[in-house]
Amino acid sequence: MKYALSINGSQLEADVDPDTPLLWVLRDTLKLKGTKFGCGMSLCGACTVHLDGKPIRSCVTPISAVGSKSITTIEGIGNDTVGQKVQQAWKILDVPQCGYCQAGQIMAAVSLLKQFPQPTDQQIDAGMSRNLCRCATYHRIKAAIHQVADAVKEG
Amino acid sequence: MTTTLNPARRHFLKASAAIGGGLFLGLYLPNIAYAAEAGQMAVLSAHVRITADGVIEIMSVAPEIGQGIKTSLPMVICEELDADWAQVSVLQAPVNSDAFGRQSAGGSRSTPAHFDEHRRIGAAARQMLLQAAAEQWQVPLASLTTQAGIVHHGASGRQLSYARLANQAARQQSPDLASITLKNPADFSLIGQFTSGVDNDALVHGRPLFGIDVELPSMLHAVIHKCPVFGGRVKTVDLASINALPGIRHAFVIDTSSVDSGVAIVADSWWQAEKARRQLKVQWDEGKAKQQNSADFDKQAQQLWRKAPSQITQQVGNVDKAFADAAKVIEAEYAYPFIAHGQLEPINCTAHWQAGHLTLWAPTQNPASGQRQAASAIGIDVNDVTVNVTRMGGGFGRRLFNDYMAEAAIIAKQVGVPVKLLWNRQDDFQHDYYRPGGYHKFKAGIDAQGQLQAFSDHFVSFGNNGRTLLAAGMHAAEFPTGFVPNLQFGSSLIEAQIPTGWLRAPTSNAMGFVFQSMLDEVAHAAGQDPLAFQLALLRRSDAKPQNGFSPQRMAAVLERVAELSDWGKPVPEFHGKGIACYYSHAGYFAEVVQASVNQMGAVKVEKIWVVGDVGQFIVNPSGAMHQVQGAVLEGLSQALYQQVLIDGGAQVSNYHQHKILAMNAVPEVEVEFLATDNPTTGLGEPALPPVIPALCNALFAATGKRVRSLPIKAEMFA
Ligand code: FES
Ligand code: FES
Repeated sequence: MKYALSINGSQLEADVDPDTPLLWVLRDTLKLKGTKFGCGMSLCGACTVHLDGKPIRSCVTPISAVGSKSITTIEGIGNDTVGQKVQQAWKILDVPQCGYCQAGQIMAAVSLLKQFPQPTDQQIDAGMSRNLCRCATYHRIKAAIHQVADAVKEG
Repeated sequence: MTTTLNPARRHFLKASAAIGGGLFLGLYLPNIAYAAEAGQMAVLSAHVRITADGVIEIMSVAPEIGQGIKTSLPMVICEELDADWAQVSVLQAPVNSDAFGRQSAGGSRSTPAHFDEHRRIGAAARQMLLQAAAEQWQVPLASLTTQAGIVHHGASGRQLSYARLANQAARQQSPDLASITLKNPADFSLIGQFTSGVDNDALVHGRPLFGIDVELPSMLHAVIHKCPVFGGRVKTVDLASINALPGIRHAFVIDTSSVDSGVAIVADSWWQAEKARRQLKVQWDEGKAKQQNSADFDKQAQQLWRKAPSQITQQVGNVDKAFADAAKVIEAEYAYPFIAHGQLEPINCTAHWQAGHLTLWAPTQNPASGQRQAASAIGIDVNDVTVNVTRMGGGFGRRLFNDYMAEAAIIAKQVGVPVKLLWNRQDDFQHDYYRPGGYHKFKAGIDAQGQLQAFSDHFVSFGNNGRTLLAAGMHAAEFPTGFVPNLQFGSSLIEAQIPTGWLRAPTSNAMGFVFQSMLDEVAHAAGQDPLAFQLALLRRSDAKPQNGFSPQRMAAVLERVAELSDWGKPVPEFHGKGIACYYSHAGYFAEVVQASVNQMGAVKVEKIWVVGDVGQFIVNPSGAMHQVQGAVLEGLSQALYQQVLIDGGAQVSNYHQHKILAMNAVPEVEVEFLATDNPTTGLGEPALPPVIPALCNALFAATGKRVRSLPIKAEMFA
């Protein structure tokens, strides 16, 4: 089946089986390697992308369910001001260890910050606890989210 | 600080002017003939490259698994070179042990193996740039200084960048590595500074870095379906129906002694291969591992404990007499489970077999060994295998085993085009090299003053044909060896067919739990504060410390962590603090955990204090903090959640059954390093072992109930 997709503002096409998860269309068909495969069962969050701005698990989202919704991945999140700030904070605070979960963490953090521009620790816990980090960079992730929130507050 | 070069690596400096000019500085072994005086060889084996067009490149010699070595070791060269870190690019070194020495990531060994040598290489490069400037300006070398990649002549105000001096520097006499002058550590401007990882920009933009991201023209994708029972083999399989499925290019049985038996499916896309696999009809010959299971292991341990240990591994004094004489004898049985690595990037390897040569793109912690394993799996010479090391989505010891490189080699040879093998998460959990489980039956005897006089352990571990499984042994010098006048360690083995291996802080991650919990029990039985008890033990006048273990360094971290955590101050009801310490991988760590237990028995870890001593320098405080916090939280995951039950094979398929601590369960972790005048050692591992017993000891303090088996379960407290 041919699917017309809107990804990071570009119109792309993929010819794949309807049950192919969005994750594999991104990674293998379209060669966007930033979105990661961790568990394949919606358990880890490494594959988080935005569908019309909402975070989803691309490993369990069949391409046939995407429709005309616009997809944003880690490769495109920097086009967004919040996304760019999050990327910046991630670098300044040296958030990654291995870095493998971090695309998913950044995508989750951006949606959290859009929902709560000044999140409390509890809101961060609630918003980020489905994104696992095997290296356990959680302290830095939290600090980086606060840093973005503080920067936004100070304008 | 000892500043001797590793005598096993009697290297000389090798400076070359390579293609395009510039200074390429590396090491060479005097007994290896250099194929080329300059050019490609120099390019590939140089630690530092400075070219006339302003490029400063430093090689990262060790594989990057998230331990931060790709940032920290190049920092060491840059420090002595006195280059501007912002202008340095870091490249992953090719596999070449003649030029780069140890190139594996494990055992917290990369920093101690390379730290001193890297300083000297950086200093040597700087020295040659200085010589070049002195020659050009005709001034004494001593009148020159460097800063941020520029040589200054103070008297005349002249200055030249390293780039401008690079060609001339390459023609200078290379200095003697052993006698070269190093910076006074007080003048360090990069070592000791918070430094962000060199790959961070690529990471936050999702640029390809990892093994799983490798993409080659016309590449195919492979999966391997294996028997869920360890060692099981393919008996029959219907390949014809698989071959007929969309996108499938190859399906074949792999059944050689070099890798696990299984069915390889190769397709245009990974998803097609994975989907085809679900339709695979295969009959297995499950073999003898079919019979084994965890409940039976538990039973066997009890039976073995009723007998004498089959082997005595440590014997000091006379424990039998000492137990008979003791004022009080404390006995306890401990157990811990098999656990998996669960590194987030699933096992993968990309391979291309072409004209008798195999090229691998491998996320491996041990590339040289993987190269040998891949070569032997397809019967070629090791020189016919090239390994490109990729960044890794975690290692934790899993990628010290290179089974997947051999598998990728076999598939690549069969298909003849580039192919990426990728396991799914279930494969990863079911075909790991597990941290072995184990059982300890302890006995301790104290005298009327509460002093430890006798200690014994009957360790029941796992073996195959009477040989202890990998990483399933125990050190004869395990503390309190050397600190008790009468001590005996014995061991017995349960037969098992389980692949085992190293997991971050191997053996120590389990021994820390059982020994430091048991000593806490003894302290309580003696009516002593656990901190005071452990300090008194470390300071015994009749102590005979083993293997370079320093009781002074351990006592110092214990005292400091007690101070930081307000040890001894009362805590609210159902809350408790526990303390533990452990020496591993040359690092000394003491930790205090504060935890609480609610009426449902749910454990909450509130705060952790960590004090470590890894010698004189912390190269990158950012990376160091990451390693400590990461290790500590990993220890909590192990203590609170993780176990792999065995029933033929591993009864775990994904993260819901082998959980990782999530953001909402993460406590504050306060970390302090004691800088001591000892060689700088590694940090990947030593912070992990103490956290588990510190938590269990805290739970005892909170509830009066002793955790003697992991993982911790709410039923223990409800
Ligand atoms: S890969 Fe999608 S949630 Fe883990
Ligand atoms: S940084 Fe390694 S999994 Fe998060």
